Order: sequence, then C-alpha cells, then structure tokens
Amino acid sequence: MDRKIRVLIAKPGLDGHDRGAKVVARALRDAGMEVIYTGLRQTPEMIAEAALQEDVDVVGLSILSGAHMALVPRIVELIRANGQENVLVIVGGIIPEEDIPALKAAGVHAVYGPGSSTEQMVADIQQAVAGMKVW
Amino acid sequence: MDLVKEVLSGSRLALARLLTQVENDTPEGRQALNSLFPYTGRAHLIGVTGAPGTGKSSLVGRLAQAFRAEGGPQAPRVGIIAVDPTSPFSGGAILGDRVRMRDLAGDEGIFIRSMASRGALGGLARATAGAVQVLDAAGYGVILIETVGAGQSEVDIARLAHTVIVVEAPGLGDDIQAIKAGILEIADILVVNKADLPGADQAVRALRSMLDLAHPARLMRGGCDARELALAAGNGNGHGGHSGGNGSHGGAAGAALSVWEPPVLKTSAPLNEGIAEVVAAIRAHRQYLQASGELQRREMERLQNCLDRLLQETLVERWWSGVSRETYAEVLERLAGRNLTPYEAVEELLKP
Repeated sequence: MDRKIRVLIAKPGLDGHDRGAKVVARALRDAGMEVIYTGLRQTPEMIAEAALQEDVDVVGLSILSGAHMALVPRIVELIRANGQENVLVIVGGIIPEEDIPALKAAGVHAVYGPGSSTEQMVADIQQAVAGMKVW
Repeated sequence: MDLVKEVLSGSRLALARLLTQVENDTPEGRQALNSLFPYTGRAHLIGVTGAPGTGKSSLVGRLAQAFRAEGGPQAPRVGIIAVDPTSPFSGGAILGDRVRMRDLAGDEGIFIRSMASRGALGGLARATAGAVQVLDAAGYGVILIETVGAGQSEVDIARLAHTVIVVEAPGLGDDIQAIKAGILEIADILVVNKADLPGADQAVRALRSMLDLAHPARLMRGGCDARELALAAGNGNGHGGHSGGNGSHGGAAGAALSVWEPPVLKTSAPLNEGIAEVVAAIRAHRQYLQASGELQRREMERLQNCLDRLLQETLVERWWSGVSRETYAEVLERLAGRNLTPYEAVEELLKP
C-alpha cells in the first residue's frame, strides 16, 4: 500500500479570504494528496491540535492579514511541542520579502507569495516528504 | 516508540500515528491491531449517514459536545471518524468535515480523525473498522463514524455501528426516496436536520408514514418471543430517559419494545436544538440492544463480516503469490478475444 501525503490547510487569524487556500487545496488533491481543510479563523492552538490528530506530513498556512510574524512562529512552536518534529510547515499569502528569512529561521520550509505556481508547490512538498520518510 | 503501549497509556500523538499505520495497512499497523484487540468491544459505535448537505458533520459536532457536556466528570471521551470521498482520478481527497466541528477544539476528550475513502464504495474506507478498534482500545467510550454521504448504498455502516443515525434535511426529495431500499432499513434513529428551514414537518411526516409502511420492525411485530419481550419491557420501565427517544414515535412504546421502532427526530445544528433528544434516543437504543440480546447478535455479525472480508483479501493475496502476471495477462487476452468466457477464465486461473 503506498503512503499518501497528508496535508493540513489552515487559515490562522482574522482575515476572511480563503480563495487562495482553496486553490491550493484543490491543486494538492489533484496531485494525489489527502488535504484536510479546516476553514477560516483558526487559532494557533486549533491548527496544532488538528495537525496532531490528523498526523499530517505538511501544514500549509494561508495568511493575508499581515499577522504572519505573530502567528506563524507560534504555530510552529506548538506543532513541535506536540512532538511532531518532522512536520513540514509552508506559508502562502501576502508576505513581504524582508520577513521571509525570519519565517524560515522560525522553521518554515517555504513561503509562496502571489503568482506562485502550484506545480512548484507540489514538487517541493513531494521532494521534502520523500526526504523525511519516517518509516 | 512502542505505539501500542503509548496508545494504551493515553498518548494522542501515538494514537494519531497508529491510525496512520492502520490506514496504510502496514505490517506494524496489523501487529498493533492484534495487540489491541483484547482491549476493544467497550465503545458504543454510532454511525451517521445521509445525503451530502444534510448536515452530518455539524450534527456529529453537536452530538460530541452533548456527550461531553452531559456526563459531567464521568463524561465519555468521544472519538470521531469522518470519511470523505477520494477522487477516482487523482487518488487525492479534500477532507472538509473539520470545518463544521470547530467548536470541539480545545477539548482533550475529543479526538477527530478525517479519513479518505480510498476507493471503497460502501461509504466507509477499508481501514475504518481498524481505526475504530484503535479508538475503542484507546478508551474512547463513544465513537461517532460519519460516512461519505453518497446516500443510497451506504450499508457498510450498518455492519460496523451499533446505532445508525440516518440524517435527512427538508426538501431533499419526496417520500418515494424514503422507501427505496437501503437507507431506511439501516436507520435506528432518523433525524430531520436543518429543522429551522421550511418543510421540516413535511419531511418528518413523510418519514413516519414510510416507516409505518416499510420498516421491518412493523412487519416483525407480534412475532417475537414472550420472554424477550418481558425482559425488554422490564428494562424500559426502569429508565425515564427511554421516553425521550422511543416515545416520540407514539403509541407502540410498551408492547413493541422488543422490536426497535426508529424514532424520527428534528434537529437544528446551528441553533443546537433537538440534540439532547438524539442523545437520549441513542442511549435508549443502547439499552434496547443490551436488553434484547441484539447487541451480541450485531457484534457477532460485525465480527463475521470482518472475518469474511479478511479471509477474502488474504485468499486473493495468496493466490496472486502463486500465479505469474504473464499467465494472468495471457488469460485476459484470450478473454478479450472472446476465446474464453469470464467463467472459463476464472476456472483456468484457479487451476492448480
């Protein structure tokens, strides 16, 4: 039985625009992944909890509100504190160029801004997950 | 880490990881199911099925909350397995049931797991039964299983669950939909959800009249043995909660207790109305199952179903190990050329 890549797509914080998150969810589905979609206005605790229960390989965060510097490091921290050391965290949305190094330092694998290609995202995820086979 | 030991001691991380192993049918997963089997059989398994858009996920969320709230400090832990369809084209899936269960976040006594159907057609995934066993062994006393929701052929859930809730919504079809085979026969409890929308009362009436016509409980009435009846009636009298579920259907409560008549209940998940009645009906159904001996019968049927399925899968696997792909391809070729019938092809392939 082949192993499916499981991805949690979540929108932390208060902005109400989830079109991007849905486009990504569909693209990952079409690439054969199982995408758990959690909807709008999730707290960092809710996201970490869902990532744990669903035993995902990847957590994708969509943020358009500008609150990424507050939300993302907190989410990564909670996920790691739950014992999920290997979960890949990726971020999409409106993220200023100058914030990207800090996000990566906080443990984010990749950041996708407007105009990113979903093919690239799929390829990145597949490659990263293949590299971290736990079993 | 020893997943089985960790799961039994309450680790949610280990539980999540073990569910993945079981879902992927790995050797570790099978081994763990073997080790956990003696700890299973304690949970009450509740299936929730119904057409897409009837509000199954929202209802499941509300039921989980109610079970947690009602029990006080003794409240059972609640496990939820929500199955959504896998795309037959890409093999991927979008699992969206958690969107409707966001109010459950923050309660450590609730564990929600989304599952993709991965090609199975009966409304559940092949690994759902295994996942349920894991949650059962991990001490989740109530397990809610939400099916894909294709609506008309989801009978797998009837083989897995102790109590099956069929969810309808107003305006989804006339009463002929309700007497088509399958969905009504498997219902232990019928819920007309979205009762805040117009048409709910008509839907309830339609279901009740169809139950009067078609439910096997009606046909069987009178045919049950007296000892069983007395047992069930005695049990029913002792519990006030009984009337909440069964009584709402009117009339038959006393005499027909040894035959369960599915109550038809109205709920509104967003308004949180009617939920307590559904929980009461689930409890009443559980009591009925225990008092009537039906619980053992269903458990036996469930285990037999599980055994038969494993037997089939294992036989097919073993058979494949003794036959070459070339032989198979060659027989297929002859079949396509109309030189063999399908029956002859099977005989040919099964030749020792």
